[in-house]
Amino acid sequence: MGHYIPTTDREKKDMLAAIGMMDMQALFSSVPSHILADRWDLPAGLSELEVRAKMEKMADKNKVFSSIFRGAGAYNHYIPAIVKAITGKEEFLTAYTPYQAEISQGLLQSIFEYQTDICQLTGMDASNASVYDGATAAAEAVAMCKERKKNTVIVSKTIKPDTLEVIKTYCRGNGMEVVLTGEKEGRTHLQGFAPDDSIACVYVEQPNFFGLIEDVSALAEVTHQAGAKLIVGCNPISLGILPTPASCGADIAVGEGQSLGIPMGFGGPYLGFMACKYDLVRKLPGRIVGETVDQKGQRAFVLTLQAREQHIKREKASSNICSNEALCAMTAAVYLAALGATGLREVAVQCTSKAHYLATELSKIGYTPLYPGAFFHEFVTICPKGAQNALDALEQADILGGLPLDENTILWCTTEKNSKEDMDKLVAVLKEVG
Amino acid sequence: MELIFEKSMEGRQQSILPACDVPIYLPSQTRETLPKLPQLTENELSRHYTALAKRTFGVNDGFYPLGSCTMKYNPKINDEMASLPGFASIHPLQPAHTVEGCLEVMTLAQQFLAEITGMDGVTLQPAAGAHGEFTGMMLIKAYHESRGDDKRKKIIVPDSAHGTNPASATMAGFEVVNIPSAGDGCVDLDALRRVCQDDTAGLMLTNPNTLGLFDPHILEITRIVHDAGGICYYDGANLNAIMGIVRPGDMGFDCVHVNLHKSFSTPHGGGGPGSGPVGCKAFLQPFLPNSIVEQEKRANQDLSIGKVRSFYGNFLVIVRALTYMLTLGREGIPAVAYHAVLHANYMMAQLKEMFPVAYDRPCMHEFVLDLSSIKQKTGVSALDVAKGLQDVGIHPPTMYFPLIVQEALMVEPTETESKETMDEAVEAFKKVYETIQKEPHLLRQVPYKGVISRPDEVTAARKPRIHYFYDK
Amino acid sequence: MHYPEQLKYVKTHEWIRFLDETTAQIGITDYAQDTLGDLVFVNLPEEGDEVTAGEAFGDVESVKAASDVISPVSGRVKSVNIELADNPGAINEDAYGAWFITVDNITDTDELFDAEAYAALVEEEKSRT
Repeated sequence: MGHYIPTTDREKKDMLAAIGMMDMQALFSSVPSHILADRWDLPAGLSELEVRAKMEKMADKNKVFSSIFRGAGAYNHYIPAIVKAITGKEEFLTAYTPYQAEISQGLLQSIFEYQTDICQLTGMDASNASVYDGATAAAEAVAMCKERKKNTVIVSKTIKPDTLEVIKTYCRGNGMEVVLTGEKEGRTHLQGFAPDDSIACVYVEQPNFFGLIEDVSALAEVTHQAGAKLIVGCNPISLGILPTPASCGADIAVGEGQSLGIPMGFGGPYLGFMACKYDLVRKLPGRIVGETVDQKGQRAFVLTLQAREQHIKREKASSNICSNEALCAMTAAVYLAALGATGLREVAVQCTSKAHYLATELSKIGYTPLYPGAFFHEFVTICPKGAQNALDALEQADILGGLPLDENTILWCTTEKNSKEDMDKLVAVLKEVG
Repeated sequence: MELIFEKSMEGRQQSILPACDVPIYLPSQTRETLPKLPQLTENELSRHYTALAKRTFGVNDGFYPLGSCTMKYNPKINDEMASLPGFASIHPLQPAHTVEGCLEVMTLAQQFLAEITGMDGVTLQPAAGAHGEFTGMMLIKAYHESRGDDKRKKIIVPDSAHGTNPASATMAGFEVVNIPSAGDGCVDLDALRRVCQDDTAGLMLTNPNTLGLFDPHILEITRIVHDAGGICYYDGANLNAIMGIVRPGDMGFDCVHVNLHKSFSTPHGGGGPGSGPVGCKAFLQPFLPNSIVEQEKRANQDLSIGKVRSFYGNFLVIVRALTYMLTLGREGIPAVAYHAVLHANYMMAQLKEMFPVAYDRPCMHEFVLDLSSIKQKTGVSALDVAKGLQDVGIHPPTMYFPLIVQEALMVEPTETESKETMDEAVEAFKKVYETIQKEPHLLRQVPYKGVISRPDEVTAARKPRIHYFYDK
Repeated sequence: MHYPEQLKYVKTHEWIRFLDETTAQIGITDYAQDTLGDLVFVNLPEEGDEVTAGEAFGDVESVKAASDVISPVSGRVKSVNIELADNPGAINEDAYGAWFITVDNITDTDELFDAEAYAALVEEEKSRT
């Protein structure tokens, strides 16, 4: 058993004497004695060697595929070695929130640099220091747009299912009404609204859940005509090459930052980024780092605009968020610095090029695209032999195929990690499926 | 120190990817200009962050007595287990038979947490304590709504509560009723009785409370709320004081959250990621977010409050916490609580000779100093003392929380500090105390020894500059 | 700390300057701005909004706190001092010149104090903290 407690028995006795207590039990004299529990259905503690063996055994029960073609919100990108080396530094790992600015300048500066990167990617003026993931970022952005008379959010039918669920949960809390758009050939189908004062915002994703490129500028026009704000959930890798949400008319840009150097990790921790136009900055939830000077005029960084947050506004706060995904945000910043703009563009180009190659090759064997038109690095195909048969065959070949959307369709994904050889192998395996 | 953008040089880059091995495809619409991201070689990038690390203070650097944060040691084996490819390289949407190890991790974690908290069901989805609070509030809301009890719109919160409590209640659509604490720092039972009506949805409480005091009337408190038809929610931020000693479920709580980044040793990471699992009694289980680990499909899927996060929660944080729980086990868990409380009382006994304590009686795992009389006599505030402690080498305690104490400093040593470290910390406090006696004016301008002196937070808030401007 | 004679005050530390029987300007007192410290932001309502006596119509923020601003009267917001958005520090410099809103169509009024009575109220509050 380990407990990381340095205090020896001798020291324990000295301390008890120093505070005038008889024994350790006396420390809990204010607890009603009949609820003190002495029977716990817990296993005995283990030594480090035993714990490692136990955890490794569980890890070994999971299959690490050599080749992954599944995305749908979690992406298998290459993580440069420098990312783990930097984010594993104990100063960053074991630091708390930088409320004491003077001894946290390193951490605060790293967040400021992350905020700058997010603004550059999205074309926006302001970014916060992170929220939990892309889904909660979307839900928080929707809440940002709520006004006394504007209580409805229009959500595209083509967004990630988890994001839709989380938006619905948050709206059940804050009382906003969620209305789904139509869908046409895999893309958002949003007719103009009758002049309706009650629409707070519209949420769409670019690319959408099916990997398709949406006409965000057209959606922005319809949205703004209705006096509402446009929130775009974007893929940060794609922003290495696709037009920025800001240039397409978005008021708020959010998204999942896991693809920026964060491991898939069976779903978390991930990274929700949120960025907006300057006039909305005081509505952003979560921490924000700002630049200022100290008493000697030196540049200094601080947590700023704190009056938005729960520790000051309490029941009047627009969001309760306290702990965020700080280390994941730093991970993203290191990843972006490791790649640079040309590197990020290269990742994006490879992702989309490989997806188009795979789509072409799959088409040749009857796995034809379900939806027409432009896509980024994910696409849906029909499965002539059934989705499950295809995936089973691939699993035998140590390949994780795309996500089955139903019995006959699969959502495929490629990243820069999928070599031509991998893709040809996948096609060869599928060709043999009876 | 320069920003990374100021160190960038056009043309510098790293070699990460091979050339594309398939025909290049470019989207028909591309962004007008590339984003301005840093352009550095790997060695420059590495040095930049090494320099930043030197300007950052973590638990690994020294004593970190932040009250309410439980800055205990972060064991390295936890991090190593979270880096195993068998956990880190797993896609969340892999078929169930290929992730049996992940499911086992989650089941075990749920079992540990249920037993420690005295609950029946656990969800691991919430990504932080506040997120767990929101989840708990939605459970309470769903429960009352399912019984057609639409009047219950109010959540009771003591004025000593952490800000996330009322904020979470508001996010779930409740109205917050603040009740003042009694003279002894604990819940005022009469005030509680007065506000408990048929419009009470529930109570949010932590015990020990934010003053580090265990409320001896806890059973009466939960009984009062239950008698009025309300539900009792436990904020598990202070679990370090009581885990393995008493169960929140046995105190009368129906729903709890725990902070894995507090009592369960996962690293704070500069503000996150954490994890805030929520436990509840059986009658609330049908409303939990749907879980991947359910052995049988729950009868009423549509009673669930829905998801609060994508996928299943902060899994790799849960791996760290499970590693820790397995290490501690049946004997280690209460040992943590015993020593957390012992260490806090030990420090309080020595500090109170110099600095008044807010409530002069034995504390649990943390205690609060009240520096208002010092401020009145010498003009030195809690902020000044905190900054003065920086100059003598220790991380300051939590300042100005809870709100019900003036000029508050909250100290929580945790069980992982040695007696020598605590004695040294007391010496550091003593140095500041002596400065207050002899030259209090010096403390108005501390710290002197940091890389910066006190920053101008007013201008930072009036004219926010929250990203680098490339074209100056 | 000064309290101009020609203004009236409420116990939540706002001042009110009547321009005529049913129109008035509202701001926060010298004591309020001193207690709050350097102000960094002001949240103001919009022209045409209704205000209610005894209820908040906006708030002021300092670095470490946010405080509701309560209307002493019921009525309609006639105009808003948007200069405060760019320069909240003006409230610290000249609390009685920095008006927040002008209200017309005043119907209800809360209990108003004159300068002397308000000064006494402030002294009593200071001695309690």
